[in-house]
Amino acid sequence: MALSECSLEMLQYLKLKSVNDLFSDIPKDVRINGLQLPDGLPEIELRRELEAMMSVNKPASSQPTFLGAGIYNHFIPAAVKTIMMRGEFITSYTPYQPEISQGMLQSCFEYQSFMAELTGMDVVNASMYDASTGLGEAVLMAHRISGGDKFLISRAVSPEKKLVAKIYAKGADIELIEVGYDKGTGLVDLQDLKSKLTDEVAGFYFETPNFFGPIETQSQEIRQMLVNRMMVVGVNPMALALLRPPGDYGADIVVGDAQVFGSPMNLGGPTIGVFGCRSEHVRKMPGRIIGMTNDIEGRRSYCMTLQTREQHIRRSKATSNICTNEALLAVATAAYLALVGRNGLREIARKNIENMRSLSSRINSVKGFKAPRFDAYHFNEFIITSESDPVKIHKALLSRGVHGGLVLDQRFPELGHSSLYATTEMHTKQDHDKLISALEGIR
Amino acid sequence: MTYHQAVHDVPSLFEGCETPLPGERFDPTLGGMLPASLVRSELDIPDLPERDVVQHFVNLSQMNFGVDNGLYPLGSCTMKYNPKVCDEVVGMRTVADIHPLQDPSTIQGALRLMYELEKMLCEIGGVDAVTLQPAAGAHGEFTGMHLVRAFHEANGEKRKEVIVPDTAHGTNPASAAMVGYDVLELPSKDGCVDVEAVKSSVSKDTAAFMLTNPNTLGLFEKDVCEIAGTLHDAGALLYYDGANLNAIMGKTSPGKMDFDIVHFNLHKTFATPHGGGGPGAGPVGVKKRLEEFLPVPRITNQGEEYLLDYDRPKSIGKVRAFFGNFAVLVRAYTYIRMQGGKGLVSVSENAVLNSNYLMERLKGNFELPYGQLRKHEFVLSGRPLKAKGLRTLDFAKRLLDYGYHAPTIYFPLIVEEALMIEPTETESKEALDKFVDACEQILKEDPELLKSAPRNTARRRLDEAKAARDMIFSWKAYQKKGQSAGQGPPSA
Repeated sequence: MALSECSLEMLQYLKLKSVNDLFSDIPKDVRINGLQLPDGLPEIELRRELEAMMSVNKPASSQPTFLGAGIYNHFIPAAVKTIMMRGEFITSYTPYQPEISQGMLQSCFEYQSFMAELTGMDVVNASMYDASTGLGEAVLMAHRISGGDKFLISRAVSPEKKLVAKIYAKGADIELIEVGYDKGTGLVDLQDLKSKLTDEVAGFYFETPNFFGPIETQSQEIRQMLVNRMMVVGVNPMALALLRPPGDYGADIVVGDAQVFGSPMNLGGPTIGVFGCRSEHVRKMPGRIIGMTNDIEGRRSYCMTLQTREQHIRRSKATSNICTNEALLAVATAAYLALVGRNGLREIARKNIENMRSLSSRINSVKGFKAPRFDAYHFNEFIITSESDPVKIHKALLSRGVHGGLVLDQRFPELGHSSLYATTEMHTKQDHDKLISALEGIR
Repeated sequence: MTYHQAVHDVPSLFEGCETPLPGERFDPTLGGMLPASLVRSELDIPDLPERDVVQHFVNLSQMNFGVDNGLYPLGSCTMKYNPKVCDEVVGMRTVADIHPLQDPSTIQGALRLMYELEKMLCEIGGVDAVTLQPAAGAHGEFTGMHLVRAFHEANGEKRKEVIVPDTAHGTNPASAAMVGYDVLELPSKDGCVDVEAVKSSVSKDTAAFMLTNPNTLGLFEKDVCEIAGTLHDAGALLYYDGANLNAIMGKTSPGKMDFDIVHFNLHKTFATPHGGGGPGAGPVGVKKRLEEFLPVPRITNQGEEYLLDYDRPKSIGKVRAFFGNFAVLVRAYTYIRMQGGKGLVSVSENAVLNSNYLMERLKGNFELPYGQLRKHEFVLSGRPLKAKGLRTLDFAKRLLDYGYHAPTIYFPLIVEEALMIEPTETESKEALDKFVDACEQILKEDPELLKSAPRNTARRRLDEAKAARDMIFSWKAYQKKGQSAGQGPPSA
């Protein structure tokens, strides 16, 4: 490298002749001579190249897109970005020195407060990686509390999440067992659940709304059936603007993804895993937790707490290995919720339900399609069934400038020709019109 | 000393929200779209004007310290400057507004970027294949340990133990335990892995050995080849914790050192911002014989087209939904393209030069255990402070008063009163000299100033025991028990 004058001075101070002397401790037989990568680019050229490379992507802003399945396209007020891009936030790290990190700590505490209010849980941690890993950790936590080595999971959960839950469960030798859904309503099949509730079962995970869209109406019955076993509930936090919080009906652990609150879709990451529990279980909880305290002058202050659960203290006995989390998205979530506020949030949630209702009934009146597949209350997502092959429909829609929903045929063969459609407040009437006329053109 | 952090009076967003809100503007069941039994009766979150919300968070941000504010020598975390172009690129709609389940034909740019990033990481890590799915370094370790398990299971073996040195990051033993392994912590010798101890500990039950090289003391493990040989002879795998990769790019690579599996911390080595704790990204690279076990989907290419391959019967499955932290991947890709191959080599050269220079300048003021050449970081012992009735903690807190983030303290565990310092390559000599001046000044100060530090920050020392005792984790909990817990006012 071309050494700057300062580098030379530093080398001289170290009594070294060349930079290579700094690497003299690396044995000769493992040395390599540089990297076979292209030369660096100046910012202007790099921007040009990346814009061109990405221009072949078709973002939801360029064509109406009806995908959901865990990642949703919601409106983000401009001020969310202003807040989360503050250099003091984005370039800091885990607040190990609380005196100089109160901004991040209070923001994360406010995130915890918003999510505790929405979920009705006593404690929500400062974030997990995403909903799927949150579920994985919930399975482990249920096992730590209840001890059983079997865990029940609703079939109406995304296949992606089930794969992630499975790998987390594997480490603790926990067997995951699926519980079926009612063919008419899409809700938990209580008979099937009952038949699988053996003594070794540590807990049960179901979602509301579930992967197919239906909102669960039998939570009380499920709670009673589980007795002392852990009830783990998956939520779409936005739906909780209107729905009863799981804390109300006795959930032990709540997981979800707060990507819906102020984070772009970003091809699915980063998102932010919500993880809440009841206070009696907090010492078994994974992840960072921010608590309120005082400084020595008696001023309200915030710090990370209950750290003896964590890997940097407890090492192999920690409740989880998580270190880096999604703190910046916790700031975005808190900023989003503060900006839209209580009434704004409920308006947005209402708009989602209205859009779902309207789109569903319009699709249902197109010949060859039925929607929604399940007779249930829905939030913003639902299944449509078609007479013809949904893969062909999907391709035909793409050629008409519409990205349809997720084709489910291979994932859930029992549902027949099915696709999962999501619609949010981002869709205008024109977007729906475009989909409907495209579907009419296809049949 | 000129540093003074802002001290704003920032009440909770929820404060004042106790007064009843204006009534519902609509029927909670939305005219029967939801049943009365399923709707919530309360939602205690505030309704605030945008102006107030922005003020709230901007004032909070001013009570936070990031790399943009100043030197952040937090050892093992590689707090280098984060180039702003990387954030700008992520803001493009063609990056931010794409859905992970879109038809591959509509996300070709994104797939190409990830494909190329995998290839670049292969070159840097000396490995044959990379998955971008893990969301953080520890998540990469978790993935790597599952690859270890899958590898042995495919050979019909059920090995039970993972060995880590006692200098290992806490995530190493925690990750191995999460995958079902017993963990054996091996005492170090002269700050490095004791090869004889490895030889006597390795058995047919050993699944893997986890090592970071350079290690957490900043020392290069010279016996790495012998360690690798010992492990491989016993049929075990060698795992590379990439937290310290910033020290060796283009000089050696984990693959060259015969590691089988490696994770990369994109938020460290590749300059993606740490975000106050995250998001990060922890891609995992492997040698050819482990490729078939990587998570699905794999990104492949046929001519100009990029495809997703889920048909991988031996894959461990998925460690996270979708593709990983894509926005972090895009930033790291941008950084690597900006640096180029030669630039990355100078990154490591300057990181190591800065570290050794700073160590040489500071060591007379502290104790330097294991006095040799360091790589990207070094660990001092604050033991001499004890003579003045002080601890490393006091020194660290006083550094905050001078406008520096403190180093990592009390880690690694094998150094008494440890101060783990990593300046990174993005600090100038002038900045390092000023830091040394501040350290020397502090050591000359009245010990009482250190014990009562910090004073120039938004808060003084916290009662952390009270936080654990009171367990106030939300505004709701504060309302229930804040008064009785003697919780102070927010005001400065």
